Amino acid sequence: MKLPKPPLPPALLPRPKRPGEPRQRPLEQAKEAGIASIDWIDERTALSGGGRWLMFRKVPKGTNWFYTLGSATMFAFLNQAVTGVFLAMYYDPSPTRAYESARYITNDVFLGEFVRGMHKWGSTMMVILIFLHMARTFFFGAYKYPRELNWVIGVVLLILTFVMSLTGYLLPFDQRSYWATIVAANITASGPLAGPYLGDFLRGGAEFGATTLSRFYAIHMLLVPGLIAALIGAHLYLVARLGTTAPPWLKPTEPEKLTQERV
Amino acid sequence: MATARKEPQSKYTTDRGIPGAFEGETVTRRRFMTLTAHGAGATAAAAFTLPALGFAVGSALFDRPPVRWEAVGKLEDFPDDSYIPKVITMTTGIGDVGKTTVYMRARNDDIDQPPNPPGYDEQVVAVSTRCMHLGCPVRYVQASERFICPCHGGVYDFQGKVVGGPPVRPLDRFYTRVRNGNVEVGPRYSVNSELKRFDSYRDPAQPLDGIGQYLYPPRLSTTKQ
Repeated sequence: MKLPKPPLPPALLPRPKRPGEPRQRPLEQAKEAGIASIDWIDERTALSGGGRWLMFRKVPKGTNWFYTLGSATMFAFLNQAVTGVFLAMYYDPSPTRAYESARYITNDVFLGEFVRGMHKWGSTMMVILIFLHMARTFFFGAYKYPRELNWVIGVVLLILTFVMSLTGYLLPFDQRSYWATIVAANITASGPLAGPYLGDFLRGGAEFGATTLSRFYAIHMLLVPGLIAALIGAHLYLVARLGTTAPPWLKPTEPEKLTQERV
Repeated sequence: MATARKEPQSKYTTDRGIPGAFEGETVTRRRFMTLTAHGAGATAAAAFTLPALGFAVGSALFDRPPVRWEAVGKLEDFPDDSYIPKVITMTTGIGDVGKTTVYMRARNDDIDQPPNPPGYDEQVVAVSTRCMHLGCPVRYVQASERFICPCHGGVYDFQGKVVGGPPVRPLDRFYTRVRNGNVEVGPRYSVNSELKRFDSYRDPAQPLDGIGQYLYPPRLSTTKQ
């Protein structure tokens, strides 16, 4: 299969060499070096084909700003990932030190209040955006054949986002965090038969104990983010493979050529 | 042109003319190697997955914390018509997080049921502050002789029985005993609406009347008398 060439604007297209200009100028040399090194990688990985397959896709007529909500959600997640990694450098998930280290981040670390605020408000943004993205998919009918599996992956991502919200809520370790977690663990435990054991698993015992906080921390920063990243990959692969849908108000039209031939 | 239907293959490799086959062999070497490779992969994966799962689940579900008895005061400190709040430690080593408030009063024969089992030494009643709706902390209000939860409006009477709001059973209690004149508070236990004792205490939101006591089985992670 021949992949389409990227639709570069004319200014960026390579120009033929002018006659009587034998020596390469430094700018051209740098350009040559860049192309050569990218070629070196591409020859060994064949990534450019995949890159073009991912980036230069056919997009239906009527694509509009609503189609950016998925990307917005992904960037909210990336914001959480980056700010979270750096918050972890100062945070201490021990019951006696957690509140103090969170206070230290906010009050003493340079830009600490800003980065913590980005993580805190970013989580709210991510939940709002994921809901808007889901609503767009639903109202545009974009969950229908052949995109059902992508909807299912999206629902799993939604649930994982909730798990992130729940486990992250405990980490500031103030009164609100503590009692919200007590309530959440008890809601979990109120399921019949398996509930009591699930509650124990979440808390790491029958009581809120010494390891509950580090347990939530490990789930929040190691277990769930990996799952989310992997599922976002699968989600994007299916979007690239199946393409996006046209908005529902656009009726399918026959190509002009076919209509002319029929007459 | 229809192709002739293939003869069903014999299950013996000798009959199928495979080089190096021997008498009675039914599994081809290709198949044997495939199964071996898959089996080795599954074994390797299980070798780290199962211990990791057991590590994450085991102590959370099966570790029974030790029974602790904590002295909170003299017997004469506690009236029988009002509650005195006392702070005890549930989990050691984690500072204030491991502590909880317990409301305590002397036993009042006019309203308290006879000790169960008979002869059980319970001179002091210790009521947990953990609301039986979802676990928020209740406070005792002497003016109305009620325990009131700030979260979702659960209300309990003087004995800890539910009189309003969403809680599903009376407030938990703690074992108490008197040693050398000191009142000591021990493990938590749950009660149903007739104040019948359940040694393996349940989490809030788990009713213990009727079918509830079977839907919410006892756990191995609770302290036991």
